[in-house]
Amino acid sequence: MSQLNLDLKPKMDLAARTAAENEPKKKRRRKKILMGDLIFTIVNTLLLSLMVVVTLYPILNTLAVSFNDGLDALRGGIYLIPRTFSLKNYKTVLQMNNLLIGARNSVLRTAIAAILHLGLTALLAYVLSVKEFVFKKPVSLFYVMTMYVNAGLIPTFLLFKSLNLTNSFLVYIIPGMIAAFNLLVLRTYMSSLPSSLRESAQIDGANHLTIFWKIYCPICKPVFATIALFIAVWHWSSWFDNMIYNRSNSELTTLQYELMKLLSSVSSQTSSGSAYGNTTQSVAITPTSIRAAATIVTSMPIVILYPFLQRYFVTGLTIGGVKE
Amino acid sequence: MEYNGHPLLTKGCDAAVSDKDNDMLKTEDKQPKKAATKDAAAIERLGVAAYRRASVQPTSTPVADDLGGKKRRFGHSDAEPKVKITRRTLYRQRELIYITIPFILYGLLFYYVPLGGWLMAFQNYKPQLGLLGSEFVGLKYFKQIFGDKVFLGVIRNTLMMGIINLVLSFGFAIGFALLLNEVRLKHPKKFVQTVSYLPHFLSWIIVTGIVRDMLSMQSGIVNEILVNIGIFDQPVNFFANKDYFWWIVGFSNVWKETGWNSIIYLAAITAINPEMYEAASLDGAGRFGKMWHVTLPGIKSTIFILLLMNLGNVLNVGFEIQYLLGNDLIRSVSETIDIYVLKWGISQANFSIGTAAGIFKSVVSIVLIFLANSAAKSAGEERLF
Repeated sequence: MSQLNLDLKPKMDLAARTAAENEPKKKRRRKKILMGDLIFTIVNTLLLSLMVVVTLYPILNTLAVSFNDGLDALRGGIYLIPRTFSLKNYKTVLQMNNLLIGARNSVLRTAIAAILHLGLTALLAYVLSVKEFVFKKPVSLFYVMTMYVNAGLIPTFLLFKSLNLTNSFLVYIIPGMIAAFNLLVLRTYMSSLPSSLRESAQIDGANHLTIFWKIYCPICKPVFATIALFIAVWHWSSWFDNMIYNRSNSELTTLQYELMKLLSSVSSQTSSGSAYGNTTQSVAITPTSIRAAATIVTSMPIVILYPFLQRYFVTGLTIGGVKE
Repeated sequence: MEYNGHPLLTKGCDAAVSDKDNDMLKTEDKQPKKAATKDAAAIERLGVAAYRRASVQPTSTPVADDLGGKKRRFGHSDAEPKVKITRRTLYRQRELIYITIPFILYGLLFYYVPLGGWLMAFQNYKPQLGLLGSEFVGLKYFKQIFGDKVFLGVIRNTLMMGIINLVLSFGFAIGFALLLNEVRLKHPKKFVQTVSYLPHFLSWIIVTGIVRDMLSMQSGIVNEILVNIGIFDQPVNFFANKDYFWWIVGFSNVWKETGWNSIIYLAAITAINPEMYEAASLDGAGRFGKMWHVTLPGIKSTIFILLLMNLGNVLNVGFEIQYLLGNDLIRSVSETIDIYVLKWGISQANFSIGTAAGIFKSVVSIVLIFLANSAAKSAGEERLF
């Protein structure tokens, strides 16, 4: 004990002394941290501002060019504000027949796919969320496998050909109905609901389809919105199926594919100012400005919608990130 | 009621017994262990019980059966009840099974039947002869593609772009999430977040169009800036130089997906215990220190699991962006396996070669996933399966 006291005494003295000495040091250190935090905040703000600028500038620039007179835009130097305001580009774009057909098909396929694919995926997800379902595991595995094992382009192409899906609108709708990722998100969400929901309905004599429709669908609205958004974005953006399966039929064209043709036909020319379309018109419409206008028209629907759906897709992705 | 004397005998299997009586359930709960040991015998006797019930008391409806099953399960307190397949359960769950059947058929047709098409890679496939009639040639086409310098270059391109994409997209998404998390003001934070998601909603066609505009020689802002600050003497044609292409693809990806990819990290960050930050403050950590020593380790497991999921996708760098941005001048660095498949399979209608290249990609992807998974397992980290 005495030894301990001996040991402690000088230490405590030392501690008392250093505490007194440390007072200014501590202040300095706190000051240092504050300085560091300030620098951190400034750097952080700068970096994030840079990120916002880099993200927004190209889009705003395209917007500005699309509202600018075509020939004038060729001189360059348009950044965020159109120099010579003109609506000609939009008029031309909206008069392009193919683009209108494409828009119709894109809207149709997006709407049908979002509703149909969501409904079917949700139904399967409901079945797989019933805990006592005997085939729950094998059926889940059956679909999860499709995430990893992919037959590839050629066999799929030949299958669609033999099913007469090529050269038809159905090729936009029928394949890819059940995406494993979406299925997992929905299943995870439904499994997290209390099973007493289902059971009490079963006591009342409801069958599974009724329970799915009357109870689960209303509850799952938020996650449904998420999945519908995922599906819709995918369908709105896709052009590959159009190019591979429906290339020859201009009645089945989609907006993105038309845009692609427009962009690639234009980019292969040098932008020397060759007028696009009607050359007799005195006001020239250039490829660059047409391209800008078409880009804006094509991206508008989803760009206007997504901020309102933000809450939903954040939830959905978070659920999807959970380990299966 | 005679058979109700042994309702516990059916415990452990999910078959229905129409015991609604509460006291019955209580007796059941009193002797769960005893019941469990009798499982095997119970299942045997169940057949008899079920038969009796069906014949003696046809009034028991499926709903009532369900109820019995459920109540027993509450007694069990099993999260995932083990369900044994018996004729009885199959009958009771027939509705679920009927619903599932079309989905299985659909999945077989659209996801699994095409796998049979892999046979084409081993055949001199002729569409008019079909899969069964075509001549079998063994590994001829695999030898052919691996002897093809173009294909080896294609593998290199795919791999390099995959790795560059993986590193850049992870780095930027994590970095962005960390930085955004440090923003204290609510509205600016929301604004930055919303803006960052925007490019995800643009299709690759639009994004590549924008990328081309920004990098163009005549009016591209990138060239303008680089010349003005003196990095380049004169505008560079980014799409004529082979050195740039992979990086253009990588950074286009970053531009499009950074915000979107950060969502999951931001969600993971919210799950970190706030006390950790307080403790770090007491230890004298500044904001950067907290970000580095608390937030980053806090999302480590999320990073790992996403890394695993993405490793298998290294070869899936797709072809959209490469197809849209590539041109004849830089074909030797822009072609990926998918474009190779497209070129041989669809344009040249040589299905066998296209399929062989496709198989190569699928097999490598699966191998990569398993390798990454077992590596994570041995490192004691989170894993996929």
